[in-house]
Amino acid sequence: MSAARLDIERVRKDFPILQTLARGKPLVFLDSAASAQKPQAVIDAMVDLYSRSYANIHRGVYELSERSTAAFEATREKVRSFLGAAETREIVFVRGTTEAINLVASSFGRARVGEGDEVLITHMEHHSNIVPWQMLCDEKGATLKVAPIDDDGSLIVEEFEKLLGPHTKLVALPHVSNALGTVNPVKDLVRRAHAKGVPVLVDGAQAVPHQRVDVRDLDCDFYAFSSHKLFGPSGVGVLYGKAEHLEAMPPYQGGGEMILSVSFEKTIYNEIPHKFEAGTPDIAGVVGLGAAIDYVEALGLDAIAAHDHELLEYATGALSEVPGLTLVGTAPEKAAVLSFVLDCAHPHDIGTILDQEGIAVRTGHHCAQPVMQRYGISATARASLALYSRREDVDALVAGLAKVREVFA
Amino acid sequence: MSDLRELYQTVILDHKKQPRNFGRLESANREADGNNPLCGDVIHVDLEIEADEVRDVRFEGSGCAISTASASLMTQAVKGKTVAEALRLFESFQRLATSDPSQEQDTDGLGKLAVFSGVREFPMRVKCATLPWHTLRNAIEGSGNVAKTE
Repeated sequence: MSAARLDIERVRKDFPILQTLARGKPLVFLDSAASAQKPQAVIDAMVDLYSRSYANIHRGVYELSERSTAAFEATREKVRSFLGAAETREIVFVRGTTEAINLVASSFGRARVGEGDEVLITHMEHHSNIVPWQMLCDEKGATLKVAPIDDDGSLIVEEFEKLLGPHTKLVALPHVSNALGTVNPVKDLVRRAHAKGVPVLVDGAQAVPHQRVDVRDLDCDFYAFSSHKLFGPSGVGVLYGKAEHLEAMPPYQGGGEMILSVSFEKTIYNEIPHKFEAGTPDIAGVVGLGAAIDYVEALGLDAIAAHDHELLEYATGALSEVPGLTLVGTAPEKAAVLSFVLDCAHPHDIGTILDQEGIAVRTGHHCAQPVMQRYGISATARASLALYSRREDVDALVAGLAKVREVFA
Repeated sequence: MSDLRELYQTVILDHKKQPRNFGRLESANREADGNNPLCGDVIHVDLEIEADEVRDVRFEGSGCAISTASASLMTQAVKGKTVAEALRLFESFQRLATSDPSQEQDTDGLGKLAVFSGVREFPMRVKCATLPWHTLRNAIEGSGNVAKTE
């Protein structure tokens, strides 16, 4: 089955910001891995909610609250279907991937990890999938173990397997590395962990914008992602958790909505997922995420994946031709993220010169300092592609890098 | 490219390629580390201060052209100065790099350091230029804190 091709020029018209200028030049946006731009449909959905259907959810008996609640809960169902989860109650709305991981660390992790136990992560984590586990391990007297990666940025699966020991209580790993672009063989890694009775959390922040994710096929215990990297608003994210885990877990934060009844003597907690959703959530944000999911589903995730892959190959070829450029992260399985260094210029200088050409790239350690340490560098420049990226963007980047050489060579 | 040429002046490119006073200083009696958590740039400054004078200074670290050149030019500027003079230079440099781009710049007394006058047009890069100076001040004041640009 061949996926329908994306009509890129039509797709680009859906994103108002792509019609704007940067430094007086047409915007070349190559930083979607940091945060993706938003289609008009997402913006409209949020404006429409605030203009016509907004009230607090799960509270009022009046029509507006009913509409607001329906729009909010409809998104939960969209997320369930988007992730291939079995039940909507397995979908918890949070502020983002970071909060999702913190939720699991402080609720599931605290209950499960004790003194002498181990939590296993990989060397390619974003800080958000390191620090919550470090905090948990410090609190409990447990040890954080790190599965190594090889020179091209692939996880060394045999080493990962060896580190799965009798004391391993939890594994946390990224589906796709934000700094290297590596796509991990999550299904295989989950199988190996489960064979030793260890549950797995997957940081899916960089995966969902590029490929179809099926949590039941992966069989992971938890899956986290952020709306803002999926063309939705910032401030909203999703934690998927298997119902059996979520039900057994203590609440994460206390407050309204997460309770069934409260007295000063005793509080009865609400059912999942509401048990984990204390306080009034980002209602419009969740509705915006729903519109983002509708948007990518309408384009087709297979078509998006094919487009991203084809453009990644084009960009990899084009950047390989740039004199003095070294790609950091060249795993055989990669998402559309290209981290690189130049022999003549520091990433910041690259970023500043590209910016003068209207080209937005990320420069720095990408919240993944251990990855930088692994390669003996302090920073990289990173170009990341999304469904609205095109060959012209890559060509502009290559031309911009020639300007960098002009200044520094 | 005019703003860029203003930022990346020849002197800055020269100091980036061949940083002066680079490395550790055996005779150091003060030192400090600096880092820019935003980007991961790190710098170490060694100082030898005798009788209230900066006898010698060296720096080490990895950073962009702006921060490397700023550190290099800084070591040249403060060597042989009294501690009070070095701290006054810190103040003047800070003003130069952070002043409002619409205002006239005061480069009096800054000498070669005036090549960083273009930095204020690039708000995201000001910290690159000032990190070495913050680190120097921490070394002088012996606070033992890691200098941060945040």
